[in-house]
Amino acid sequence: MLGFAAKRLLLLLPVFFAVSLIIFLIVHLVPGDPIDNLIRIGATPQQRAELAAKYGLDKPLFEQYFLWLANLFKGDLGDAIVVRRPVATLIAQNLPYSLTLGSLALLFSTFVGVSAGATAAVHRDSLVDRGIMGLVLLGSTIPGFWIGLLLILAFAVQLGWFPVSGARGWSSLVLPVLTIGLGGTALIARVTRVAMIDISQKDFILLLHAKGLPNWRIQIFHILRHALIPVITVLALRIGWILGGAVTVEFVFARPGLGTLLIKALNQRDYPLVQGCLLMLAIAVMLGTLIGDLLQAAMDPRSRDALKS
Amino acid sequence: MTVNADSTFYRVVASPGGAIATVFLATVIFVAIFADWLAPYSFEIQNLPMANTPPSVAHWLGTDEFGRDVLSRIIHGARTSLKVSVVAISVSVCVGMFLGAMSGYLGGIFDRIVTAVVDLTWSFPEILIALIFVAIVGAGMYSTMMAIGIAYLAQFTRLTRAQILSLKNETYVEATVSLGAGPRHVVFAHLLPNALPPIIVAAMLATGDGIILEATLGFFGLGAQPPIPSWGGMMSNGTAQIFTAPWIIIFPGLMVALSVIAINMLGDSLIRALDIRSQVRPA
Amino acid sequence: MSLLAVDNLSISIGNVTLLDGITFSVDKGKVLGIVGESGSGKSLTALSVMGLLPLSRGRIRSGSVIFDGIDLTGLREADYRKLRGNRIAFIAQNPMTSLDPVISVGDQIDQVLRLHLKMTRKAARQRSIELLSQLRIPEAAEVCKLYPHQLSGGMKQRIVIAMALAADPDLIIADEPTTALDVTVQAQIIELLVQLVRQRDMALMLITHDMGVIAQACDDVVVLYAGRVAESNEVGAIFRQQNHPYTQALIGCIPRAGMAPGSLKGIPGSVPSVSSYASGCRFHPRCPAAADVCRTQTPQITKTADGGHVACHFSAGVQG
Repeated sequence: MLGFAAKRLLLLLPVFFAVSLIIFLIVHLVPGDPIDNLIRIGATPQQRAELAAKYGLDKPLFEQYFLWLANLFKGDLGDAIVVRRPVATLIAQNLPYSLTLGSLALLFSTFVGVSAGATAAVHRDSLVDRGIMGLVLLGSTIPGFWIGLLLILAFAVQLGWFPVSGARGWSSLVLPVLTIGLGGTALIARVTRVAMIDISQKDFILLLHAKGLPNWRIQIFHILRHALIPVITVLALRIGWILGGAVTVEFVFARPGLGTLLIKALNQRDYPLVQGCLLMLAIAVMLGTLIGDLLQAAMDPRSRDALKS
Repeated sequence: MTVNADSTFYRVVASPGGAIATVFLATVIFVAIFADWLAPYSFEIQNLPMANTPPSVAHWLGTDEFGRDVLSRIIHGARTSLKVSVVAISVSVCVGMFLGAMSGYLGGIFDRIVTAVVDLTWSFPEILIALIFVAIVGAGMYSTMMAIGIAYLAQFTRLTRAQILSLKNETYVEATVSLGAGPRHVVFAHLLPNALPPIIVAAMLATGDGIILEATLGFFGLGAQPPIPSWGGMMSNGTAQIFTAPWIIIFPGLMVALSVIAINMLGDSLIRALDIRSQVRPA
Repeated sequence: MSLLAVDNLSISIGNVTLLDGITFSVDKGKVLGIVGESGSGKSLTALSVMGLLPLSRGRIRSGSVIFDGIDLTGLREADYRKLRGNRIAFIAQNPMTSLDPVISVGDQIDQVLRLHLKMTRKAARQRSIELLSQLRIPEAAEVCKLYPHQLSGGMKQRIVIAMALAADPDLIIADEPTTALDVTVQAQIIELLVQLVRQRDMALMLITHDMGVIAQACDDVVVLYAGRVAESNEVGAIFRQQNHPYTQALIGCIPRAGMAPGSLKGIPGSVPSVSSYASGCRFHPRCPAAADVCRTQTPQITKTADGGHVACHFSAGVQG
């Protein structure tokens, strides 16, 4: 299992280099002198020279990339232009909020999605099934930020149960988690249902019945267990999707976090900060995918063997 | 395609969901095209004394913080939303089909490069890809268009490639090749037309996602810039008025939601009519 | 009294009747073969004895299934479950897909022992290893830890057989247990299965489409055609004398040593689908001896001189 994890991590390396290269290039692709994108207006010529030397702006692009990477591994992501503080500090301050929100939303959508999908699959073609899948279709097509705004209107503005915005205490997490969770729930419920129906028609399920196992045990320990494998695959592939939802929802609820930081930076054309946030989000997506892969391997002996050979 | 186009259309419209969705989308498209004649007020002239008035007979959907008619802005916003998402997805489909067909048919090093890039972008959410692109070219309607197009490119390349690969080994294609047909003839006359139905449906569903993405970017203030109205931009401005004038947010969002639901319903009935579920919605 | 007696059983899915008036019985220590082409209703017969018809959305319309004095048709699901895997075991058609791919094969055998015999985890594993050794699997303890995809088809089928034998059942139903295997392994598996069943004085219901397997392994045989019994008899008798033209044709399909080239015959036509069953005798469109009466009247099952049963208007003619 450890070897498998190492191999998977190794496979991610080229992805990391490709993504970091694109993010690095942002500053150079934006029209104008890169140095103007990296430093605030009104910096002294000396400050400009220092920065140019640090990033080797007179050297070939290739070397600049490795200089940038080297700084990156030292934890130096440069200074934000507008707030004039190290990007790394800003990210460190905001990351915990995003992590809490993202992981709670993931838990919520997995738990609710799997339960809803399993219920629909067990009661296939009944009213229960149709009702659940109808809600799921609704959940997957309504834009996340609009649901967020509606929830704010209903539960924060009208009923006053939860705060409208900000990140003070657990109560401020309820609406954001619900908002991101609904989209993810829809996806997971759909995958769970299809997978369970598919698996319940396999030959080995017939044999399990023939062994005399009670139906509920077959449903939970065999059919659902198998169904979780594609669910985890989809989760792993779509973990970024849920994180993307977190970006939007943070902004809607004016919560501190990477998403809010990124959107503000984009609007203010604060490129060092944009680069830092995008890089962190990309790394989060990659790690999420990795975790999903590992979970899948833990659940399915076949995929473990597939990579061994 | 042309042989059973009529019957496919009939089967779509015959299902209640498909019929409602078709009528709704046709109305939205009609309104978007004739926005200049249909909108009761100007979308940009401010009327501050009338700011934040709730829905009334004069302003069916109320007015925004500058006293502009919300209905008129939604009508013009439909034009922006549809233009951006339809253009973006069309370009994405064309380029994606070209890349996918080439890499599926030719194979080799070209295929490997394309597949690697597609796999790379596949695990990243469309919104993140779009944001990276917007970071480079800046905010605005046209960069939103390009950002959305690029965000969905991987999907169409992948889909087309998979279709071509599965069709390539069909007996009739092998027969055509053995009769001496050139690659261009095989791809354009045989492979692409047969690969088309699932791609069309996927493009349709992606247009729905494109509308959401456009609204999201607009909501971030990165989409079409004022005074051009867009659904996302309207909601973005409306957040400040959420306590006093919630209708500024509710109605544009409702339009986004209804349009996307309609597109999905139409897509689903098309999938059923063409019987291609496994190709369009795996998982 | 027979261990299992199926009497006049009819089964339908939706409005379509798939099995029509099936009658047969199995005695303790005996092997009953059920033979027919695909689509003749063999697997459905197995499912109905197992009480697993609802999985295929099937239901019993009429008739009875008596197992050891219990009428299974009226049995509550909870009671049925205590029989399944315990007193009536099942061996499925395709060992490739019959085992749960994410659970080790040892655990899958243990499951039966722990469920029905209430064994502890340790005792169950001990017994599973014994069972596998009896099935001539070397290094059984190691094999128990493997997953299905790491085993060959023949090995997997032995695992499935071990699962069936685990709780020492009275009756085993084997639905084409060797069809999916290599020809060389087929004979081995059948031989092993029959040997174990006879040793333990169990009854075996062996479903197959292969008259060769019937000749090799069975005591009695029921020939099904299109959801009805064509003929049933003791195996020796049926190979001596076929009372139904369909049986005759089936036996004509077995290749024998010393046959002249080109003399091996198939049966013209194919098994009709449920929607296109012929009127009267369902075999008449393919029957060389069909007459007008075959097209209009369904032949009744009658006793024959050699102790068997047949449903044919002209069985006397066949005999003559």
